[in-house]
Amino acid sequence: MTGMRGLSVFISDIRNCQNKEAERLRVDKELGNIRTCFKNEKVLTPYKKKKYVWKMLYIHMLGYDVDFGHMEAVSLISAPKYPEKQVGYIVTSCLLNENHDFLRLAINTVRNDIIGRNETFQCLALTLVGNIGGRDFAESLAPDVQKLLISSSCRPLVRKKAALCLLRLFRKNPDAINADGWADRMAQLLDERDLGVLTSSTSLLVSLVSNNHEAYSSCLPKCVKILERLARNQDVPQEYTYYGIPSPWLQVKAMRALQYFPTIEDPSTRKSLFEVLQRILMGTDVVKNVNKNNASHAVLFEALSLVMHLDAEKEMMSQCVALLGKFISVREPNIRYLGLENMTRMLMVTDVQDIIKKHQSQIITSLKDPDISIRRRALDLLYGMCDVSNAKDIVEELLQYLSTAEFSMREELSLKAAILAEKFAPDLSWYVDVILQLIDKAGDFVSDDIWFRVVQFVTNNEDLQPYAASKAREYLDKTAIHETMVKVSAYILGEYGHLLARQPGCSASELFNILHEKLPRVSTPTIPILLSTYAKLLMHAQPPDPELEKKIWAVFKKYESCIDVEIQQRAVEYFELSKKGAAFMDVLAEMPKFPERQSSLIKKAEEVEDTADQSAIKLRAQQQPSNALVLADPQPVSGAPPPLKVPSVSGSTQNPESVARSLPQPNGTPSPDLLSDLLGPLAIEASPGDVSTEQHGPIGAEGVPEEVGGSAIVPVEEQTNTVEVIGNIAERFHALCLKDSGVLYEDPYIQIGIKAEWRGHQGRLVLFLGNKNTSPLTSVQTLILPPAHLRLELSPVPDTIPPRAQVQSPLEVMNIRPSRDVAVLDFSYMFGTKLVSAKLRIPATLNKFLQPIQLTSEEFFPQWRSLSGPPLKLQEVVRGVRPLALPEMATLFNSFRVTICPGLDPNPNNLVASSTFYSESTGAMICLARIETDPADRTQLRLTVGSGDPTLTFELKEFIKEQLITIPMGSRALVPAPTPAPPVAQPLSPAALADDPGALLAGLL
Amino acid sequence: MIHFVLLVSRQGKVRLTKWYSPYAQKERSKVIRELSGVILNRGPKLCNFVEWRGYKVVYKRYASLYFCMCIDQEDNELEVLEIIHHYVEILDRYFGSVCELDLIFNFHKAYYILDELLIAGELQESSKKTVARIISAQDQLVEAAKEEASSISNIIAQATK
Repeated sequence: MTGMRGLSVFISDIRNCQNKEAERLRVDKELGNIRTCFKNEKVLTPYKKKKYVWKMLYIHMLGYDVDFGHMEAVSLISAPKYPEKQVGYIVTSCLLNENHDFLRLAINTVRNDIIGRNETFQCLALTLVGNIGGRDFAESLAPDVQKLLISSSCRPLVRKKAALCLLRLFRKNPDAINADGWADRMAQLLDERDLGVLTSSTSLLVSLVSNNHEAYSSCLPKCVKILERLARNQDVPQEYTYYGIPSPWLQVKAMRALQYFPTIEDPSTRKSLFEVLQRILMGTDVVKNVNKNNASHAVLFEALSLVMHLDAEKEMMSQCVALLGKFISVREPNIRYLGLENMTRMLMVTDVQDIIKKHQSQIITSLKDPDISIRRRALDLLYGMCDVSNAKDIVEELLQYLSTAEFSMREELSLKAAILAEKFAPDLSWYVDVILQLIDKAGDFVSDDIWFRVVQFVTNNEDLQPYAASKAREYLDKTAIHETMVKVSAYILGEYGHLLARQPGCSASELFNILHEKLPRVSTPTIPILLSTYAKLLMHAQPPDPELEKKIWAVFKKYESCIDVEIQQRAVEYFELSKKGAAFMDVLAEMPKFPERQSSLIKKAEEVEDTADQSAIKLRAQQQPSNALVLADPQPVSGAPPPLKVPSVSGSTQNPESVARSLPQPNGTPSPDLLSDLLGPLAIEASPGDVSTEQHGPIGAEGVPEEVGGSAIVPVEEQTNTVEVIGNIAERFHALCLKDSGVLYEDPYIQIGIKAEWRGHQGRLVLFLGNKNTSPLTSVQTLILPPAHLRLELSPVPDTIPPRAQVQSPLEVMNIRPSRDVAVLDFSYMFGTKLVSAKLRIPATLNKFLQPIQLTSEEFFPQWRSLSGPPLKLQEVVRGVRPLALPEMATLFNSFRVTICPGLDPNPNNLVASSTFYSESTGAMICLARIETDPADRTQLRLTVGSGDPTLTFELKEFIKEQLITIPMGSRALVPAPTPAPPVAQPLSPAALADDPGALLAGLL
Repeated sequence: MIHFVLLVSRQGKVRLTKWYSPYAQKERSKVIRELSGVILNRGPKLCNFVEWRGYKVVYKRYASLYFCMCIDQEDNELEVLEIIHHYVEILDRYFGSVCELDLIFNFHKAYYILDELLIAGELQESSKKTVARIISAQDQLVEAAKEEASSISNIIAQATK
């Protein structure tokens, strides 16, 4: 394709574009050009058409929507000459998918090429159909393609394409191949000498037997023969060996096909196959060459699968387990990953569990591997191998791991821990301990099902009640507890708190006080539970406590007019009842035992296991649902952080609606996820009520910056309670927001420094991790939790930092769009046996993507006036500003690169400022701001911000506001802690109420 | 089967995409965005497999370029990893120690070669030699057509002189 100069020039142009904006302009220009040319058919030579179609594909690849010109691409298919036809076929198969209408227009041309005599045209047509052919193609082309595949006059070149083309048609419509007529042909195809055709045909066979193995039973011995031929390396042409291994792909495919036959009856075939398998199992050595190693292990793992499937004799099985045991302890990550994966599959085979258990400690090590892929496999395997004998160890490992696990794994982890705890609990108090710990460590990921189940157990087991009550009481002493913990402890203490009455701190009034402290921070559905608890406490108070009665009545009175019906009803009824003496006692008597019922979690887990079948393939398939149970919506491990709200694991899990409902509702503003991103990683410690009620986009976002400033510190302190942090993390962060190097974090063992360079929308930060001690820091882990608007790439940090050494880890930052969200570094290490972890905000804040720019009044005012008003220009009166003299304020603005333009505003009490903001979506964009101060009252000012992008304007305004209000003076919260949103803002989930034991109780009234 | 092939540079620039399962344009962009986020952020000494949306993505980095293939959970990961390497070797042989620039300016070549390697998301040819032979035959066809065209245009040009 040399000489297509226009295409090369275009590609160079694109490469020379400085930013996304310039690229878009260039692309738009080109698209316009192409569009014009396509309209003017007369001057459109085939060469030009070809060139434009390639450009379209290139533009498509860059990620732009190319919504025209498909017809031109398709029309090239019918060009008479090879060069144009080739381009037409390739571009069409890239631009369109099987559901595209234009494709139908091409069926006839494609068919003509397939049945025509031109070999090269046949190849092009078969490739297109094989790659994007849909049902229509299957119906009209299958017979023609079959003919080509078995034709003796066709060259291998065409036949191997025909085989895979037929495979696609069969996948699209299984009726495309009639098994009765085709089975013999298929068997003949497996005698093929050409390995290209044989490889393709074996792929076809795999698909056919997976659908109907009986019809193709004559192919079984042929597969074994292929394996023998390859494994013994008999007449395999040199070019078909890969790093000395006779086509590993064909070996894998042949073994895969065999796994779809339930068993091998013929003794001699079976014997031959086992010889081959034995040879593979014993003869695969670890070699230095990576590719050879991979290829031979690809074959080996397939052989392992086949052995498991065939349910070989015990000796061979234990060979397999021994191999897997070796694999899970090697360093090479691919082999370890596959070892863990296959060992999990091995669990399905009886008699090997005990051998696998011997590797438990090794598997637990993999649970702490730096690679999330490996950790997931280890978790699955631990979950699968858990039984009564090792449940305590495994669950405790999972709980321990929960504190350091990344967010994308916490949901799965906590659910698995909960299921195992319930299934295999050696005693019930242990079970209660585990669940309370789970709620404590990962409350956000503990569904209602789980705490309802604890309540059920406690209610039904009298021996457990005092224990559970005292445990619940202990957790209430913690400063920040999860709302689910409030619910479960309120419920348990309401029912059984009186059993503790003689213990210090457990009188009815003390219980009330400590529970009532939590009320301002909980969300609406929790309040009714608390009200019921208050009523019960009041009833149990012995001797009657008039002081307590007064307090509780005041609470009931307060909620009598609550807009939430459930709360209102309970408040009114409890108030009235509490005056009725005996009737009160009757109604609020201890809850009766729950009827024994199976846990919904376990039920689901068992449903999956019950359908166990002999076929290894089927067993494999079942692993998926069992994962699906645990992780309803596999979390994207991508740049986006895990969703804040985790859908409950109850029946609603699989219901996408319920997931959608729990997402924050955008208010039609450009940045609906203001909070979810930033708070996502921190929300664990914060009360979820606060978080969820504030997810209302910019309108509810007034209190956001303070919320962030205040609560971000909490988890950091909570998590690093094992070491004393030197300096104030929040203060350090704020300082780094305004300068480019400094210390981000320090404790007695480690110091993390940061140095940053910013250019346009890109930045490069270097993290300096310095070990301050004379012994190494191990298990160093760093994980970036990026907000949606930043693309971050952190170079890996070594697992161990040697004594007195400093390691550097560059972090590339790319700003995609304006947002004030902040990336978080989840960081942990071990010092000796001590685990230290911290979540640190990374100072890649909005202002880092600003460049100072000084405008003259001729430049400033026309632009200022052209921004007419919202949403491009926003104005707000800011109160509670820290009083600053004008020069100080000017310094402050300059420090975050919003340049004050002196003398522009005629009023000496006003400041105007300008800056350029860089991001991928906005490009370079000028921002203007005006600050009108009131000399009489320096605590308020009027702020106006304008730019060409509504999101940018809003975000910048909020950012400036944050700077004016929370002048970086440390952790002191300058603004009152976020008050819980009015109950109105919380949509009540009726489903949740129906299941809540408190609601059951209310129903009795 | 392989559901799609994705070549993406360290900077997140897409160099080739090939979809064997039907994805609408929007889904394609989303998949690319999501996956490059996951894969580009992975450290060097980790395994070559990523679990993603119920699928597995097998990837390998060659210099500045990540080659990714998305497969089903039960597929053989190492086999696919070596398909990637097989592809890279063929590219290397064709371009003569291939680099990212070759693939940028000759992206169409990368597509031609891929089409000789995979169809329907399955391996079509495991011999590097055979693929090289077919590609060079294609190149010759195109060259021949060009010469023919230019000789015709010469004739026309002379005739209309």
